[in-house]
Amino acid sequence: MPSPENKVATDNPGSDISLEIHDLTVAYHKKPVLWGIDLVVPRGKLVGIVGPNGAGKSTLIKAAMGLLPISSGWVKVFGEPVKKNLTRIGYVPQRESVDWDFPVSVMDVVLMGRYGHLGLLRRPSKQDRDIARECLDKVKMLPYANRQISNLSGGQQQRVFLARALAQESDLYFMDEPFAGVDAATEAAIVELLHELKSRGKTLMVVHHDLPTARRYFDSLLLLNMRVVAFGPTDQVFTHDLLQSTYGGRLTILSEVAEAVRAKE
Amino acid sequence: MSPFVPDFDFQRVFIAPWARDLASFGWIALMGFFVTAACGLVGNFLVLRRMALVGDAISHSVLPGMAVAFILSQSRGTLPMFLGALVAGIVATVLIELIHKKSRVKQDAAIGIAFTSLFALGVILINLYAGKGGVDLDQECVLYGEIAFVPLEPMVVFAGQTLGPIPVVRMALVALVTALLIVLFYKELLVSSFDPALAVSLGISATVVHYALMGWLSVVVVSAFESVGAILVIAMLILPAATATFLSRRLPVMLGLTILHAALSAVLGVHLAVWLDCSSAGAMVVAGTALFCAAWVFNPTDGLLYRWFRERLKAPAVHPG
Ligand SMILES: Nc1ncnc2c1ncn2[C@@H]1O[C@H](COP(=O)(O)OP(=O)(O)O)[C@@H](O)[C@H]1O
Ligand SMILES: [Mg+2]
Repeated sequence: MPSPENKVATDNPGSDISLEIHDLTVAYHKKPVLWGIDLVVPRGKLVGIVGPNGAGKSTLIKAAMGLLPISSGWVKVFGEPVKKNLTRIGYVPQRESVDWDFPVSVMDVVLMGRYGHLGLLRRPSKQDRDIARECLDKVKMLPYANRQISNLSGGQQQRVFLARALAQESDLYFMDEPFAGVDAATEAAIVELLHELKSRGKTLMVVHHDLPTARRYFDSLLLLNMRVVAFGPTDQVFTHDLLQSTYGGRLTILSEVAEAVRAKE
Repeated sequence: MSPFVPDFDFQRVFIAPWARDLASFGWIALMGFFVTAACGLVGNFLVLRRMALVGDAISHSVLPGMAVAFILSQSRGTLPMFLGALVAGIVATVLIELIHKKSRVKQDAAIGIAFTSLFALGVILINLYAGKGGVDLDQECVLYGEIAFVPLEPMVVFAGQTLGPIPVVRMALVALVTALLIVLFYKELLVSSFDPALAVSLGISATVVHYALMGWLSVVVVSAFESVGAILVIAMLILPAATATFLSRRLPVMLGLTILHAALSAVLGVHLAVWLDCSSAGAMVVAGTALFCAAWVFNPTDGLLYRWFRERLKAPAVHPG
């Protein structure tokens, strides 16, 4: 199958590469869910990761960040093992992955983004609080800084997570379905934020589940289904054939694919 | 009044203990406070991590650790007991992880298997060695503890000052260190409890925090053991945090409330024990439970009573707008 992924890699030989994954295999209970993933992502890309449910999208970003044991292969971030560059990685987990009834305020959550910059036994300083406040302001959540997090809507929760990621002041961001279950205003705000981060030279890997918007939001797409089906500029990768081989024979999705491709034409 | 409940005599229940029996009464109340405070502080993190059952497991697994420590060291010294408990707690934690990660058994079942088998092992070890080595690890005491004996223990004398009975001083130290550890490692505990994946991505190992918490929990449990036993200690781990949950949604405030809960349940508990002439540890747990119920019913944000009133007030629907 023609895969534009190699093309991207060879287009930027040795240039500023933020994420490099080589022959990565990840298994749960000895059952592989990702197979032989090869990926080279240059700096400053806004990459959408799409694929059906269970394709391994969340697994890929967790493995890339070193949150999961990997069976084989390696991951490099800015040319070094992940563990050496943790402060350069920001993370927005799936919203449901945490307990929103946890007894902390919005400010507390955003401050967690600063923890990576603090040493053991150090507490967030005034400067860390200022940064957290700025980040909250950027996602228009500053008025909610002292709210208990359980009093937030889905969209507001997602904005808090984004503010926390901003507070990490990283160069490479992994975001797991930041658009899931948010209102239209939040969705627009997130898109704007993603583009702003990209324009500042940040690299963003964003799991996304909606095909029609994926085409509009991202300049590169990674089509994933256990393997990398394709990776490259959106207009080259967003084709009927590639999407079909990503989504397989799932009928409902296939019609969605057809519609999405038609919308493109 | 029923023949089962002694008459309530204010003088006897509330005044006499402070006036006449302060020496013993005070130490028991203080011991109860330190036990509940130390357990409650650690318990907050168990409750937040939805690991209340693990607290249960550790409190039982500590038994074989103490038995083995006793057999090896031939003493009931503090250090061997702490080390034994620490090792047992870690072993139990590893066992639970192993069973549920390496097999299809779910975590709750894994906990059930790990702690009952370790506890059974402890019972057998004590049976085997109780007669021979002169082990005075009394099973009754292991299960229920005997806080009433605390004032009879030898006193700690430090720099010419009599500090207090050994168990009370030891428990005070454990409670103090618990508070200190929470203050020092607050951010690590917070982020790994709220979002372990983020913690790891920040370079804070959620696994290390988990084992450290379990290890320290074992130390707290073993030092609480001889006064409250393996069963009541579970209540002391969970009740203060559960009560605080009703009263605040800010962790630092909740930790403070835990200490208040500990003080109130210790003092109310010993008075209850004087009145009913029953086990002090049991009475403290009953008092703690009463506080829990009071917080549930009366708390001003979502208490049962408050909600009841709000419904009543809303019913006629006369509010404008
Ligand atoms: N913790 C886990 N244990 C076992 N299997 C898992 C676990 N997490 C995910 N899986 C499996 O791995 C596959 C990929 O999951 P995931 O990465 O969450 O997919 P996606 O995010 O693309 O929906 C799925 O088949 C899922 O069932
Ligand atoms: Mg997912």
